[in-house]
Amino acid sequence: MNLLSLIDHIPALPEMLLLLGTCVVLIADLFVKSERRTGSFVAAQVVLLLCVIATLTIQWVSGTSKFVLFNGLFVSDVMANLLKLVAYLAVSVTLVYARQYLLDRNLMRGEFISLLLFALLGMMLMISANSFLTAYLGLELLSLCLYAMVALNRDSAASTEAAMKYFVLGALASGMLLYGMSMIYGATGSLSIPEIARQISTVSNDGTQHAFLVFGLVFVVCGIAFKLGVVPFHMWIPDVYHGAPTAVTLVIGTAPKLAAFAMAIRILGTGLLDLAHDWQQMLVILAVLSMGLGNITAIAQTNLKRMLAYSTIAHMGFMLLGLLSGWVGGNLLNKTDAYAASMFYTVVYVMMSAGSFGMLLFLSQKGFECENLEDLKGLNRRNPWFAFILLILMFSLAGVPPTVGFYAKLAVLSAAVNAGQIWLAVVAVVFSLIGAYYYLRIVKLMYFDEPVDATPVPGHADMRVLLSLNGLALLALGILPELLMELCFVAIKSL
Amino acid sequence: MLLSLAIWVPIAAGLLVLACGDDRKAPLQRTLALVGALGGFLVTLPLWAGFAAHSAGMQFVERLNWIPRFNISYHLGVDGISMLFILLNSFITPLVVIAGWTVIEKRVGQYLGAFLIMSGLLNGVFSALDGMLFYVFFEATLIPMFIIIGVWGGANRVYAAVKFFLYTFFGSVLMLVSLLYLYNKSGGSFEIQDWWRLPLALDVQHWLFFGLLFAFAVKVPMWPVHTWLPDAHVEAPTGGSVVLAAIMLKLGAYGFVRFTLPILPDASRDLAWLMIALSLVAVVYIGLVALVQTDMKKLIAYSSISHMGFVTLGFFIFNSYGVEGALIQMISHGFVSAAMFFCVGVMYDRMHSRNIADYGGVVNTMPKFAALMMLFAMANCGLPATSGFVGEFMVIMGAMRADFWLAFAAATTLIFGAAYTLWMYKRVIFGAVANDRVASLQDLNSRETLVLGALAIAVLCMGIYPAPFTDVMHASVNELLRHVALPKF
Repeated sequence: MNLLSLIDHIPALPEMLLLLGTCVVLIADLFVKSERRTGSFVAAQVVLLLCVIATLTIQWVSGTSKFVLFNGLFVSDVMANLLKLVAYLAVSVTLVYARQYLLDRNLMRGEFISLLLFALLGMMLMISANSFLTAYLGLELLSLCLYAMVALNRDSAASTEAAMKYFVLGALASGMLLYGMSMIYGATGSLSIPEIARQISTVSNDGTQHAFLVFGLVFVVCGIAFKLGVVPFHMWIPDVYHGAPTAVTLVIGTAPKLAAFAMAIRILGTGLLDLAHDWQQMLVILAVLSMGLGNITAIAQTNLKRMLAYSTIAHMGFMLLGLLSGWVGGNLLNKTDAYAASMFYTVVYVMMSAGSFGMLLFLSQKGFECENLEDLKGLNRRNPWFAFILLILMFSLAGVPPTVGFYAKLAVLSAAVNAGQIWLAVVAVVFSLIGAYYYLRIVKLMYFDEPVDATPVPGHADMRVLLSLNGLALLALGILPELLMELCFVAIKSL
Repeated sequence: MLLSLAIWVPIAAGLLVLACGDDRKAPLQRTLALVGALGGFLVTLPLWAGFAAHSAGMQFVERLNWIPRFNISYHLGVDGISMLFILLNSFITPLVVIAGWTVIEKRVGQYLGAFLIMSGLLNGVFSALDGMLFYVFFEATLIPMFIIIGVWGGANRVYAAVKFFLYTFFGSVLMLVSLLYLYNKSGGSFEIQDWWRLPLALDVQHWLFFGLLFAFAVKVPMWPVHTWLPDAHVEAPTGGSVVLAAIMLKLGAYGFVRFTLPILPDASRDLAWLMIALSLVAVVYIGLVALVQTDMKKLIAYSSISHMGFVTLGFFIFNSYGVEGALIQMISHGFVSAAMFFCVGVMYDRMHSRNIADYGGVVNTMPKFAALMMLFAMANCGLPATSGFVGEFMVIMGAMRADFWLAFAAATTLIFGAAYTLWMYKRVIFGAVANDRVASLQDLNSRETLVLGALAIAVLCMGIYPAPFTDVMHASVNELLRHVALPKF
């Protein structure tokens, strides 16, 4: 390998840096004596910072042009860079939020940090996948890390059970995805996403080959739906969210959604775009079921983690509204707006989810898990500031202006209306109304009820600052959402 | 610039009050809130002084690109229809702050902060000329009101707060879809004034009419989606009831004149019979319901629904008497219902009861109060020389032009209104002193006199010389009616 071809690989520098850094953290951690793992924690943050710098530099140099590397396996474009940056941020925030919680429970081990970084690597591969192979490899790397992290607290029966469920169902979903991919490979003779798109565009709409493709498509959609956690592939979400230590739930509920979104865009929105007529109908069903079941079932939950799990399902259904609105009767004019709306929704959702689970971690203490509704009672008495932050988070999740959650809903609803799917938009808003009830209930508990235990909330300074910033960011972006919207638009345009 | 100040001065003051800290700083917070509220009122006065009454166009216009991606702009402006509501709102806010001065003792900063922020947001609703900006303000007002009812309300406050939120949220999400449809149809514009000129087929207009109707009807509230209002009023603290009745209910009615009538004129004319029928049900049936209430706040809440029925009736008879009368009725109801709720608040603070049966003979111990409340009760029945008369009379005149029996049915409100208001007044104020607690009542203190006195002046001025109020709206109302008369497709 000469120097010139090395330079060709620079767009993959963040991945290389992360891999290298993770290996260093993995080994260095063996020599860290401190129970607090400060060294490993700082090292991980430094690695993430380096990745941020690398990605920003690549983005700055390359602008809107796109680079395809490793014989077409890997692509670097604006969308990849933007999603990676959000993923770094999410992982970095996760580390800060999770730290004290894990320390209190003796779970802050080197494994958590290195598994988290490896999971991030998997996500980055999914985000930059230009081939079914890369997407699948990234997905597996991510999933295996997550399975292990769910079982991090090995003495807890609930965690182990959740990990088992997650593993079995996840393996099944991976199998389905792989099966679908192999079908499509059979029909097109390629694993490269652009090549598949080219092949499909030459296939007539009613031949055997088309039937073959649609057969494969069904399995691919199932696999993606499992990763996103939309109904009817949602069974794992409540159990895993509930069973995993809250810190791990935070991991699962944030950055991987970005990767799953990227995979959906790359595979459905680029590779199989000419089959949009077929997958659009599937996504309509998935979206309606998710919004319905997610929002209605969440009302019945008394456990906050389960409630947020069902809320995730509902939100992912909402996100699908954008994805399915790109294609209107063979016309792709709406595509960029619609996909950008979905992307905006996903990024916003990751911020809200990080804040909500972060709040649960913040309110948990040594020997006390904040995970039931009553644990939030009278929070306004105990700590008005963080009650206010949680208020912003809840209204943002419910989609009430002036929080950014509203603009996320606005963007996808607007995409659906522009695509002529008005009935779908009406269904969506009605379900979001039902959803508003359980978010309101949390506000009610915090503000209207008397606290059970009136002690002030402890918590570390770094977490206080970060959590406040997280909440205020939702409000600030709600007042000025333009920048993030525009970034998402530019990112999708570069595809 | 003035409109931005009207919106952001109270909000900034509210945030400042919130930032002050907890109840140990309560005196400072009260002063700050009063300064902020008065400041908010003062910046709106030039709106009236500088208003060009002969013009039907938007005045004091401000326009900034806000979200270019969706073509949403920060576009503010007022015409003769909306200007008075900003003044009304800014006038009521300092009164609410003063009325809660000593009554609210726990979490004072949050209470005052919520009111000031809400006041700014409400001004935003009345001045927004961009559909999405309107929606953002419209929805955002729910958050402070939800908190106000839920935290400082009565025994059943949680139920009332959640019911209030979900009812109004249901209406507004359907409006959101309608707005997005209009955005799509107009080729990507959220400008309300662009939508006025947008040609729409009749069936589309019908669909949109119902989409918007839910949002506005719930807010007004019209029969049969009114049931949240008595609950919310009864449970809300006095200030909450005042703002709810005086300002929030006007949002729905304002939505009809700003959106439904000009954007969907054909559907409005087609479905006027429905709106008139619902309005008459509100006027007559809800008037009868008010008659049998035993709780004073509930009685005034039903009386509000009945009066708002007059407003929607006035809009949908499509003549200038009707529309102007309805707008005047909205302003007048803003003063009168606020005053009535303040009156109940005054008694509640002393007796901790809203039950009519617990009172009697209050005039013996609180003569000043009885006199002021007399005035407001008379205004509530629509006695000439009070503000209540002007609007009702104009709407009945308008209805008479449309149809005699319509006017006849509407005019029954004068009887029912007098019946339920005066009967309540008689039972509470007159008669022998009912019990020891009434006997030991203290008359109005200076703060309460100030609040009720200011409202009494407003009610009388508007009743005796309503021309300044009607003059500013003539041009805009005529323009609106001209627009509604033209078919759109």
